[in-house]
Amino acid sequence: MPFEYVDEIAMADVAFKARGETLEEMFIASADATMNTMVAALESIEARQSRHIEIRSEALDMLLFNLLQEIIFFKDAQQLLLRIQTIQITSSHGEFVATATARGEPIAPDRHEMIVDVKAVTLHRFLVQQTRRGWEAFVVLDI
Amino acid sequence: MAAISKLKKISDTVWEIPTDYKEGMRVPARIYATEKLVSQMDEGVFDQVSNVATLPGIQNYALCMPDGHWGYGFPIGGVAAMDERSGVISPGGIGFDVNCGMRLVLTNLTHDEIRPHLKELVDRLFQRVPAGVGASGFVKISQDEFRTMVEKGARWCIEKGYGWEEDLERTEEFGRVEGADASKISRKAVERGYRQIGTLGSGNHYLEIQVARSRNIFDPDLAKALGLTIPDQVVIMFHCGSRGFGHQVATDYLQTFLKVMQSRYAIRVLDRELACAPFLSPEGQDYFAAMKCAINMSFANRQIILHRVREVFSEVLRKDPLDLGMHQVYDVAHNTARLEVHNVEGRPKRLLVHRKGATRALGPGAEALPALYRQTGQPVIIGGSMETGSYLLTGVSSGEQTFFSTAHGSGRAMSRHQAKKLFRGKALQQDMERRGIYVRTASLAGLAEEAGPAYKNIDEVVQATEEAGLSRRVARFVPVGNVKG
Repeated sequence: MPFEYVDEIAMADVAFKARGETLEEMFIASADATMNTMVAALESIEARQSRHIEIRSEALDMLLFNLLQEIIFFKDAQQLLLRIQTIQITSSHGEFVATATARGEPIAPDRHEMIVDVKAVTLHRFLVQQTRRGWEAFVVLDI
Repeated sequence: MAAISKLKKISDTVWEIPTDYKEGMRVPARIYATEKLVSQMDEGVFDQVSNVATLPGIQNYALCMPDGHWGYGFPIGGVAAMDERSGVISPGGIGFDVNCGMRLVLTNLTHDEIRPHLKELVDRLFQRVPAGVGASGFVKISQDEFRTMVEKGARWCIEKGYGWEEDLERTEEFGRVEGADASKISRKAVERGYRQIGTLGSGNHYLEIQVARSRNIFDPDLAKALGLTIPDQVVIMFHCGSRGFGHQVATDYLQTFLKVMQSRYAIRVLDRELACAPFLSPEGQDYFAAMKCAINMSFANRQIILHRVREVFSEVLRKDPLDLGMHQVYDVAHNTARLEVHNVEGRPKRLLVHRKGATRALGPGAEALPALYRQTGQPVIIGGSMETGSYLLTGVSSGEQTFFSTAHGSGRAMSRHQAKKLFRGKALQQDMERRGIYVRTASLAGLAEEAGPAYKNIDEVVQATEEAGLSRRVARFVPVGNVKG
């Protein structure tokens, strides 16, 4: 997995590090880490429905923040478990734009082993950075 | 482990972090805990509570309660009172789960009387009070009606027949904070929340059937005044919040504040999660009005759950809920900011009191209390881990030192990930059943994360609040049935 959960931070919540060779890969890994906090097996989510997601932000880290928030929004508003299938990140006129296709299906308790609800993405120690190997994010989710 | 050498011992239960600990601290920070509890606190608590001490307008001290632990923005267990005129309001001082809180309900039944019905009661409660990720409730309303509901709070439920009129005076703020304005909430917040009324959620949210054993009554007079009158009396306690609605309101305004905090108000914070705006600014007032909608939604959520609990008990025991003595004791909020009047340097002052994972605990005589509890002080409901027990306390007059605030739970001692490595949900469920606690859960993995050893010792936390003069112990409850989110 291109993400790992970090134990020592914000004990009642969940912290993770996600990586990718490209920004897009790191965004996909972060979305999966968020979903994997709620669902035990990502493979159990079948790609039965899709949603087009387009988000904009002046800051790259807030672009990731908003993408993860979208995943959480669909879980509550439409009971949808989503994984990012494709994503393109561009920038123009001082703004970053992420255009993504997310695929997944409604929560089915008989097939999806659910763990806990993610309430929100927090900004505590929230970090998006470029490394020698690509891109890395550090995220604390409110549980 | 705590950097305890940097703490100044003020008394056996009060520890101070002086203002020279960190640049920008406007007031010292004070941690209320016994030496044992403070030594168990993680370093994040000290870092975060001292960050809180840098916020504009903070009065007296940045406070942390005995169950404090590392959170985001404020520590969990954090309390900060801001001057109404010069202070800020911060979603990170309230939490995403606005008005996450506890409700305690009496019965006139004994443990022996419900023993033959326990499994049926828990099974039916598990069906009727939806729990777990993304669960939706039985109350089907339009988005417009939801907007009305969040302005009216628990009162809306009573008008629709979901509860008794007396439930309102037994709820903080009488189940509705004034000034909630649905024009300040986003479409997204409504979409996330309008199907979730009457649901528990997950994580540490639960609904329990508990028993008050005679040996666990600490103050018989207060216990009697609060409705605990028979040996081995059965009570129902539950913990939940404002669900996706509250989470979205907090998320929306966190971003609003980030945009204006520095550029418009020249405020710098040490953790972006402490993003804030002057309380009296347009953004601050908008958030206050929106956050109040989330407070009201949560009161309504717990009111609907109470209605379902009464239905289930009535069906299983074939008696009217009134004949079963199912009166609510009280409903308390954990994650809020409210305008309150407190004495600062001997003078009454209007303050915006942020409590994040902390309970208001008003002493006897407080005007905000209903006549019913004017003499006893405010009932305070503290939930422990699902394996150990929970408490009923009351507020005391010496609570003035913490703006009448006390602990909210036992506080975690182990991360979720670590708990999942150590415990297996199914084995835990079976083990608990052998020990007389029947559990139904939406998630066995989630259950493992909530195992008793993942939490601090509730008895020590509660005792610390009493020793520190923040609240008084009335009764301890042991769980016999549990619905887990």
